[in-house]
Amino acid sequence: MIKIENVKKSFGELEVLKEISLTINDGEIYGIIGRSGAGKSTLLRCINGLEDYNGGTITVDDQLVNVKDKKSIKEIRRNMGMIFQGFNLLERLTVYENVALPLRFWGLKTNTPEAKEKILNLIRLVGLEEKANAKPRELSGGQKQRVAIARSLVLDPQYLLCDEATSALDPEITKEILSIIQRINKKLGLTVVIVTHQMEVVKQVCERVAYLSNGQMLVEGKPEEVFIKPAEQEIKSFLKEDSTKLPEEGVNVQVFFNGKGSSATEPVISKMARELEVDFNIIWGKLEDFRHNVYGSLVMNIAEKDKDAILTYLTDKNVDWEVIS
Amino acid sequence: MLLAISSTTGMQQIMLEALKQTVYMVFLATILSVIGLIPAVILTLTAPDGLRPHKIIYEILSFIVNVFRSFPFIILLVILIPFTRLLVGKAIGTTASIVPLTVSAIPFIARVFESALRETNPGVIEAARSFGASDFQIIVRVYFKESVPRLINGIVLLIISLIGYSAMAGTVGGGGIGDIAIRYGYQQYNTEYLIVCSVILIIFVQLIQMIGNGLYKKLS
Repeated sequence: MIKIENVKKSFGELEVLKEISLTINDGEIYGIIGRSGAGKSTLLRCINGLEDYNGGTITVDDQLVNVKDKKSIKEIRRNMGMIFQGFNLLERLTVYENVALPLRFWGLKTNTPEAKEKILNLIRLVGLEEKANAKPRELSGGQKQRVAIARSLVLDPQYLLCDEATSALDPEITKEILSIIQRINKKLGLTVVIVTHQMEVVKQVCERVAYLSNGQMLVEGKPEEVFIKPAEQEIKSFLKEDSTKLPEEGVNVQVFFNGKGSSATEPVISKMARELEVDFNIIWGKLEDFRHNVYGSLVMNIAEKDKDAILTYLTDKNVDWEVIS
Repeated sequence: MLLAISSTTGMQQIMLEALKQTVYMVFLATILSVIGLIPAVILTLTAPDGLRPHKIIYEILSFIVNVFRSFPFIILLVILIPFTRLLVGKAIGTTASIVPLTVSAIPFIARVFESALRETNPGVIEAARSFGASDFQIIVRVYFKESVPRLINGIVLLIISLIGYSAMAGTVGGGGIGDIAIRYGYQQYNTEYLIVCSVILIIFVQLIQMIGNGLYKKLS
């Protein structure tokens, strides 16, 4: 478990983290999202001591992360694999040698049959067995990130930190990398912390997410809770949803499908139309895939006279709604 | 001696002897300049983007390196005479001229290696840190490992500039191709010598550069 409590950090005058508190549970995939410059990467680097922090505490399995205590920070790092936006492979080493490198840092043998087997297994896990002797420059971006994933696992860590790991990759490859991360999360029980500015990443894999803005945590929760019906203007504009043009006549009602109430189990809208015998226009809608569950919202334009009946119906069915203008 | 100059076999002998001297001086100075690794590593570590940034140490060392690099070689040669005598027992001759050559090569290597090492992708260094590597391991397994081709480039650069400097070593009786070119060719108006020496030097430099490029390609 990673426990971050009231963590502060500044670079000179500039405060990059302001009293951030959050807890990352064992075995979950936790996302930290926000615009660039929000402090996400800095927060991630504080967890394994690549950056020091100025106030508050960070503990990993009850062990305090203290950059000055070299020995304990080394142990914490051993237990945390990390992958990066720029892959950060050694250009002059082969795929195999890159994966083996962390073992060398720990004085572990890399030429025993067991070590070789382990390294090859990891290369197989990310599907690159044919490229074991290739140099990074012969690989595509997605393949490089696979190597980096294999390398991050070679010390048998319990945690995997991902720093914008898919930001340099195209959408298709991003999906591949994310499914590998998801697979190792399930297979090896790894706790994964993902820093990203990409909504797709959060939607596809994160079980919980924290939204960071200017060094502060605006909200934390399940992605479908945080992003389907965001209350904060900043998140709305992050999702670019505030520009929708709405009709001026009638009443505009936004209905949310966020896994709560009847909308999760039955076709609420068509049922409503039939039961109340009302007509309405659907003028805007968005459905998205959150870890293979479809969530989203749609905006209906209804007649003023039907307003009470419809809103009561929705409330009865426990569906989240909002009158918007 | 004058008789020997007029005969081709004499010329061959002189050239062969001079070539040996050049190779001897340049390569020994190059090998000894390995000491330059120490300041190079300290500069890399203490640089603002290094593992242990330390402004004062960096600036002082950087200043010393600059001081030695700004001496014209011919002046360094003269200044170092007492030091050379102390070290090798005499101040003239081929072996003696290795001292000033090495002294000029050390700061050269320090600077060239520093910039080669600092070109290492900082992300790779961060990755190594994230896996628990110590500073020493990062220097050996990341900085040096990743920089090998660039370090070789630096050595080629050094060898070529030492070939040039070694011509001046003639002033202290160092000998070598450059010295022959100056004494026989230039001062005695012997164009034949001038041309032959120049051609030998061109071939020599080309050869070193070719080997260097080949190694760079092979190792990167």
